[in-house]
Amino acid sequence: MTAGAPVAVPAPPVIRVDGLTRRFGDVTAVDALSFNVAGGELFGLVGPDGAGKTTTLRMLAGVLRPTAGDAILGDVSVARDPEGVKHEIAYMSQRFGLYADLTVLENLDFYADLYLVPKRERAARLERLFHFSNLAPFKDRLAGKLSGGMKQKLGLSCALIHQPKILLLDEPTFGVDPISRRDLWLIVHDMVAQGVTVVVSTAYMDEAERFDRVALLFEGRLLAVESPQALQDALGGEVLVVQVEPARAARDLLRRHPRVKRAALFGDKLHVTVASAADDAPLVEQALRDAGLVPGSIAAEPPSMEDVFIERMTEAA
Amino acid sequence: MTQAHAAPAVVADKLRRTYGDFVAVDDVSFEVAQGEIFGFLGPNGAGKTTTIKMLAGLLLPTAGRGSVAGLDILTQSEAIKHRIGYMSQLFSLYADLTVNENIAFFSGLYNVPRDKRAARHDWAVQMAGLADQGKRLTGQLPLGLKQRLALGCAVLHEPKILFLDEPTSGVDPLSRRRFWDLIDALTQQGTTVFVSTHYMEEAEYCHRLALMNRGALVALDTPQRLRAGVREPLLELHTSDGPRAVEALKGLPQVVETSMFGRSVHVALHQLEGAVEAIAARLAERGLALTASKPIPPSLEDAFVSLVRAAGGAPTG
Repeated sequence: MTAGAPVAVPAPPVIRVDGLTRRFGDVTAVDALSFNVAGGELFGLVGPDGAGKTTTLRMLAGVLRPTAGDAILGDVSVARDPEGVKHEIAYMSQRFGLYADLTVLENLDFYADLYLVPKRERAARLERLFHFSNLAPFKDRLAGKLSGGMKQKLGLSCALIHQPKILLLDEPTFGVDPISRRDLWLIVHDMVAQGVTVVVSTAYMDEAERFDRVALLFEGRLLAVESPQALQDALGGEVLVVQVEPARAARDLLRRHPRVKRAALFGDKLHVTVASAADDAPLVEQALRDAGLVPGSIAAEPPSMEDVFIERMTEAA
Repeated sequence: MTQAHAAPAVVADKLRRTYGDFVAVDDVSFEVAQGEIFGFLGPNGAGKTTTIKMLAGLLLPTAGRGSVAGLDILTQSEAIKHRIGYMSQLFSLYADLTVNENIAFFSGLYNVPRDKRAARHDWAVQMAGLADQGKRLTGQLPLGLKQRLALGCAVLHEPKILFLDEPTSGVDPLSRRRFWDLIDALTQQGTTVFVSTHYMEEAEYCHRLALMNRGALVALDTPQRLRAGVREPLLELHTSDGPRAVEALKGLPQVVETSMFGRSVHVALHQLEGAVEAIAARLAERGLALTASKPIPPSLEDAFVSLVRAAGGAPTG
């Protein structure tokens, strides 16, 4: 693997998605998606519920046939050989099948048998998975008695008990508390460091910055495929964080201001989206002062992925 | 309108709930002002739900007192149930009923007086942005509209206190902002809002956050002051192998905690002085390269993890 920063020269694609489409009756759940994922890349499918993330991953995993288009994983086509794809990948769906009445260790053993992991390799793989999951102290606990976060970590460990080339994870961090989430990311990065290509879906915009590149999905369509940094740079706007009392009146005022694209209230502070922080901050401050609202502070912040997503959604509409 | 000296909307006074030897909620005290958006954070099993159930009159405390909208949770739990509303991501609107039919159903369930039903119905469809769409099947609405309709249904009886459980998880960011505008409008009319979430983007909308761990309240403050209160300086490192670097830095005396963020490593330190040198030396010992490092400001998630750690770590189950 190359050094810390995102891979500069992309490796040849390991996943090639070309016009991938899935319809359910009248509903087009996934609408002609095309993108590539490079070997060893950590790739995010980012979008709200109903964006087509799960349907896309199910097609990549060979468990759902595309209505049109294709995806090539390694050199196997999901349209022509959905069974063949399953040897290339590990896939963790949102309802990964853990056996509630088996212990943590028994679940791992079960999946090792299922994936034909040679006995002599098991101890080393288990040790590695336990190392990052922090599940070793609970290896004799019934899976049904684990917390939500620990269940997710066990599901991921089971999916990784064999050595896949490609890892597909459907919302692995959904509903998981931040501490378990950190363990989950470590397990994922351990795979990335070994050269595994990883595709992860998430509805959490703040997780988008963790990926080398993201595909932003909305209502089955692709809004953008880029690195998070490139998406933020391309936004052509900045966010002013304004402390002002009363914030609500300031928000309503600024929403009518010609230089303000958006204004949103977060607790007691305002996020104001403008074209240029340097040019527009003084105008925003003046507008507030003219209305008798004296801001405590105005600070420029880079746009979040939430800002990026809203901008792209609005453009596409 | 919110009044500075109005009686608190919610009072918890040494609330305690035990199940046999297990202390689910351990002498928790706080007050919530009328019109406040109050966030409840904590890992699974921290006692959030048990606390909310006691306040909602669904569960009697083992010890302690409390009041909701001026009503005693020990003696007036029936009356409390009519003063509160509840909505979660899983809030069950009937997918095969129309918008109008769902509103009529919940009006009946919440005993909205007959002479008020028409007015509340109109208010709910207006608020949800569904004015001309009363005859649409609820199951066919986009998720963002469904959430707004669910909110409308949860407040048909004009509750004084509204409990929300991860209300906007999975919703697109633009719909989420609109949803929180609606919440803000409700608080302006004096409704007090309790939000329980794992979701830091959602926590940012709260005026104050209560952090629970192992049944105890470990912090209570504004999002901004919680972030500012993180004592451990944070460094972002770019290394040749993130997961190996995380492993190598464990146990280094300067280091409190390490985690992966994208391909970089985030390190919480006891103190910044001399830390970079110690980190570089340790990484070099393990054959790992440190290509860049810079101090970073703490996120709300960093604050959460730091406070939970200081309080003795997440529950182990």
